[in-house]
Amino acid sequence: MRSFDYVRPTTVREAVAAAAEPGAAYLASGTNILDLMKGNVSQPKRLVDITHLPGLDRIEDLSDGGVRIGALVRNADLANDANFARRFPAVAEALLSSASAQLRNAATVGGNILQRTRCAYFYDTASICNKRAPGSGCAAYAGENRHHAILGWSESCITTHPSDFCVPLVALDAIVEIEGRAGRREIPLEAFHRLPADAPDRESTLEPGEMIVAVRLPAEAAHFAAYARYLKVRDRTSYAFAVVSAAAALRIEEGIVGEARVALGGVALKPWRAREAERILIGARPEPSLFRRAATAALAEAKPSGDNAYKIELARRVVARALALATAGTPERMPALPASPFAAVSGVLANG
Amino acid sequence: MGFSTTLSINGVTRTIALDDPRVTLLDLLRERLDLTGTKKGCDRGQCGACTVLVDGRRINSCLALAISLDGADVLTIEGVAQGGRLHPVQEAFIACDGLQCGFCTPGQIMSAIALLQEGLAGDDPERVREAMSGNLCRCGAYQGITEAVLKAQKALDAASRKELA
Repeated sequence: MRSFDYVRPTTVREAVAAAAEPGAAYLASGTNILDLMKGNVSQPKRLVDITHLPGLDRIEDLSDGGVRIGALVRNADLANDANFARRFPAVAEALLSSASAQLRNAATVGGNILQRTRCAYFYDTASICNKRAPGSGCAAYAGENRHHAILGWSESCITTHPSDFCVPLVALDAIVEIEGRAGRREIPLEAFHRLPADAPDRESTLEPGEMIVAVRLPAEAAHFAAYARYLKVRDRTSYAFAVVSAAAALRIEEGIVGEARVALGGVALKPWRAREAERILIGARPEPSLFRRAATAALAEAKPSGDNAYKIELARRVVARALALATAGTPERMPALPASPFAAVSGVLANG
Repeated sequence: MGFSTTLSINGVTRTIALDDPRVTLLDLLRERLDLTGTKKGCDRGQCGACTVLVDGRRINSCLALAISLDGADVLTIEGVAQGGRLHPVQEAFIACDGLQCGFCTPGQIMSAIALLQEGLAGDDPERVREAMSGNLCRCGAYQGITEAVLKAQKALDAASRKELA
């Protein structure tokens, strides 16, 4: 790890000023950036520690029915907040399917959104990588790319955004509140992350010094609470990033889909909203043939970026299964294996 | 430039001078305070060997800067036995053979203690396994670890029932 200056501001305004300097980075819990710094992937000259800033660790129910989640709320605290999990069950399920209990206890809401890709070539400083060293090329494009993107990629970068949390958030129209030198602004989460195009080093719409201070879910996001799931296929049963994941949230009235939300994870460099799939679902009876049609529409633009054509069919099946699970209704209790397609019967000691 | 961090470690409050902000909580414990029960496995937040409780929550001490945790309450494996008597989770790990080489064991035990405090897994082995998935065991003692957590859960349930009675 390279050496750095450490500063601990006491107000958001001070933090923004300190982080606007070239080479500065924010430190929240550090579960991602410290890992990257140990590997010399990130080499900030200054760390601006925001963990002691007051007022950013609250989950607030808003008078309009929405909820505002402070950027420093820990992933575990949000997922285990009974009121939040009841109203936004797919978000809670996504959070509990990610990382480990230790990491969820530390990792923050803002940090989750800003986490960097897990592409092995990004982590390997001996490899070329346009994200880490702009203009050097993409080692993954001709390398090991089984897990890489099938949507929105470019030849300059084919990796994915690793967040689970962001997938249901994008489905539910989450808004990101940002504080910068020019004051407060907000942007839909769906527009927050940038696709690689020819500048994969620019990962989000954040300007230097800008800081995520909160994420909001609108009141409408709670209308899906009865039929909302997150489904995540990974290489291991637990403690692994998604190969492909999907959030599905429905409003079902008199046996007909009144409103639908679908988003995918592990398929692109941003959480991927599938609006065409949503349109197909609305007004129809929720059944397997409909789910399959919606899933086909969700992946209509998909193309392999390497040895990953299998992910296209896998993603279709994950979307269809997520819709089937959502239609069956949100479970009363969080499943023992959140978001797992292999959820075993509770009470059995051995696997299988 | 000098820094310092004030931490309560196993009930003792100390202010520790740091000549460099790069020191992780794990390195502080092991290299500066001689609390070597907390193990350094991967040092990248993947194995769980370095698990300690910070303000009552289990975290990976390798991915936390000591300076940033200023003011926190830290519990390590050295602080869980009371007056020479093992913690019920420690007793359960021995009784259930929840270890082989023992390297991951302090992290497993700290994680299990936190898991029981969280109270979300109950007596469901599937929930216990899921909740312990952040602690790897290269010897593969998982069956014994799961049984130990369940046994400790029972022992603590019985103890709390006794307290209530």
